[in-house]
Amino acid sequence: MKRHLVSAADLSHDDALLILDTAEEMAQVSARAVKKLPTLRGRTVVNLFFEDSTRTRTSFEVAEKRLSADVINFSAKGSSVSKGESLKDTALTLQAMGADAVVIRHGASGAPLRLAESDWLHGSVINAGDGTHEHPTQALLDAFTMRRHLAPGLGRDLSGRRVTIVGDILHSRVARSNVLLLATLGAQVTLVAPPTLVPIGVESWPCDVSYDLDSVLSKTDALMMLRVQRERMNAAFFPTEREYSRRYGLDSLRMGALPEHAIVMHPGPMVRGMEITAEVADSPRCTVVEQVANGVSVRMAVLYLLLGGATLADHPTRTNAEESTK
Amino acid sequence: MTTRLIRNANLLGQDPQDVLIADGVVQQIGTGLTADGATELDATGLVLLPGLVDLHTHLREPGREDAETVHTGTRAAARGGYTAVHAMANTFPVADTAGVVEQVWRLGRASGYCDVQPVGAVTIGLEGKKLAELGAMHDSAAGVRVFSDDGKCVDDAVIMRRALEYVKAFDGVIAQHAQEPRLTEGAQMNEGTVSGELGLAGWPAVAEEAIIARDVLLAAHVGSRLHVCHVSTAGSVEIIRWAKAKGWDVTAEVTPHHLLLTDELVRSYDPVYKVNPPLRTEADVMALREALADGTIDAVATDHAPHPAEDKDCEWAVAAMGMVGLETALSVVQHTMVDTGLMDWAGVADRMSFRPARIGRLAGHGRPVSPGEPANLVLVDPAYRGTVIPESFATRSRNTPYRGLDLPGQVRATFLRGVPTVLDGEPVAPEAVAGAVA
Repeated sequence: MKRHLVSAADLSHDDALLILDTAEEMAQVSARAVKKLPTLRGRTVVNLFFEDSTRTRTSFEVAEKRLSADVINFSAKGSSVSKGESLKDTALTLQAMGADAVVIRHGASGAPLRLAESDWLHGSVINAGDGTHEHPTQALLDAFTMRRHLAPGLGRDLSGRRVTIVGDILHSRVARSNVLLLATLGAQVTLVAPPTLVPIGVESWPCDVSYDLDSVLSKTDALMMLRVQRERMNAAFFPTEREYSRRYGLDSLRMGALPEHAIVMHPGPMVRGMEITAEVADSPRCTVVEQVANGVSVRMAVLYLLLGGATLADHPTRTNAEESTK
Repeated sequence: MTTRLIRNANLLGQDPQDVLIADGVVQQIGTGLTADGATELDATGLVLLPGLVDLHTHLREPGREDAETVHTGTRAAARGGYTAVHAMANTFPVADTAGVVEQVWRLGRASGYCDVQPVGAVTIGLEGKKLAELGAMHDSAAGVRVFSDDGKCVDDAVIMRRALEYVKAFDGVIAQHAQEPRLTEGAQMNEGTVSGELGLAGWPAVAEEAIIARDVLLAAHVGSRLHVCHVSTAGSVEIIRWAKAKGWDVTAEVTPHHLLLTDELVRSYDPVYKVNPPLRTEADVMALREALADGTIDAVATDHAPHPAEDKDCEWAVAAMGMVGLETALSVVQHTMVDTGLMDWAGVADRMSFRPARIGRLAGHGRPVSPGEPANLVLVDPAYRGTVIPESFATRSRNTPYRGLDLPGQVRATFLRGVPTVLDGEPVAPEAVAGAVA
């Protein structure tokens, strides 16, 4: 495995399975009365959040604390960043403080890669969402959730499973990471959106594209609904919210067209009444709450493997010489 | 003034000739020339070209002297083989009055490394709303002939039409930065496969092509001159080729970086590759090379855009757009056009000196190398191979996309009206040129 997790494309098939299997072990820990491992004792993990994201930050924080890491939350608001400090100076500061890993959420696509490839800091960089680029730990927790329902068992991938992702693909980092990871794991992915919300160049992605949700429902094992931000409406991506809901929203009628075993997923936060009705959101087929719990397990696994995995033969401690040739 | 005898230079890449320079003028061309007391310069193996002319340079002064000054920028120009540069208008304050263009012009005269021909803004403050006093800028000491809101597009069709019409009174030209603003709101890079994967907002080719199509039609309608800045797409080339076939007075330039680099480089998210218009695809690069070779594109223009380190040492979205280019332009052109067999050195002289000077109506530049002509000359060593080291640049900024790249060709000497501004590949001392050039 690489030293950083910036893109879902960084993960080989073996890497991805190792993370999912390790996450199963971590889930056992979370089920215990004392939910704590000593693995990262004495290691410092910084949650560097340039965007507000209580959900993702909290998930990482819980994962870090369950592994006994020293956790520092560095949020852009109320820090020197809001006074105009550059990403570079922030990174140099964290390096000087001895951060072993930096979990970064940033509004600019590519900011985590800039950190990882710069000499500003030497710790591992974990992308917790960058602009409209990627969100690899979200893809991992989604894959983990799908495997539990559709292909349970350690060592198994998602070969042959059909995943449909619906919504604002153009601006979605969740969709980009999911397409890459799910392809690595052997799943067949179909993206569904109005043509205005499908990126130019999507034909080079390892997935299919449809503009018609109803035509793919019966061929879907996992249906992932993405949030559509209200501000998109002002940019003429679609005429009205109501029209979007009618054509691309998930109600119980459409849910009924899914195969019986199919699950409904959502990365949250949901906009009830827009892309998903309350009835669907609250139905037992909807895994949204389970996804949150799985997020902690998967993030524990990622942190463990990137920082602590001394017991894993394929993840030796890096030397400076190796780093310089990466 | 010193009499100089350049020995055995390959004039426009042809057979060796001696060239005698005195009083700022080419006196004699031939073989086995002699001149008493002349300083001789052995140019064996070097190509002699007319001094290069850049239609598109950002010298940043006044206002952003931390990025570049007229002095450092013209030193860089001389080092790149240029004897004249057009200084773009997007300074602080904007060059939209006779006062500002005269100031820039005088700074160029004082520097002495290279003639500085200021470009005037088309509209007040580059805002695209109200015409600047184009006539006053033309009538000033700076004698402005080229007008551009570069960095911004004159997107209002009526303003563009009026500007094109108005400058006919003094043989001016509107140099358009073709970028439809609504199609490029927040745009970060070429819209295509790479932008989709990287999650960066796209700058579609159609945003450039739509404006060019409109502008060539406007220029034809009012019978005026249009120059298209930094053409970057294959589709733009098609439109310009069509307009020229119609006989319309349309010219175009391409930057060295659009002749070599593609949007694949953006995968690094390194803002050194962030530029406007953005780096395009391999197919665009090939179409641009072909268009430059066949003359559809008239000129290579650097769009030299210096930025201080902090404006590039950051995340992509907040980084400034632009690349320095004066000191690498000729090398990139040799690499992409000459060494590939697409163009010979006479072609280089045409696209980097003759035609840009004609577009800018610059007297005394872009002239044939022959007796009686001003001695604006450059000697190039085409056999040279070297690694680009930004720290060795004369420009104040270091934002070059070619760091570490091996490129051919080196400017060995540059002469501005007979006075050497570069010797042995390096700019001469400032006091040697300041006030020395007539």
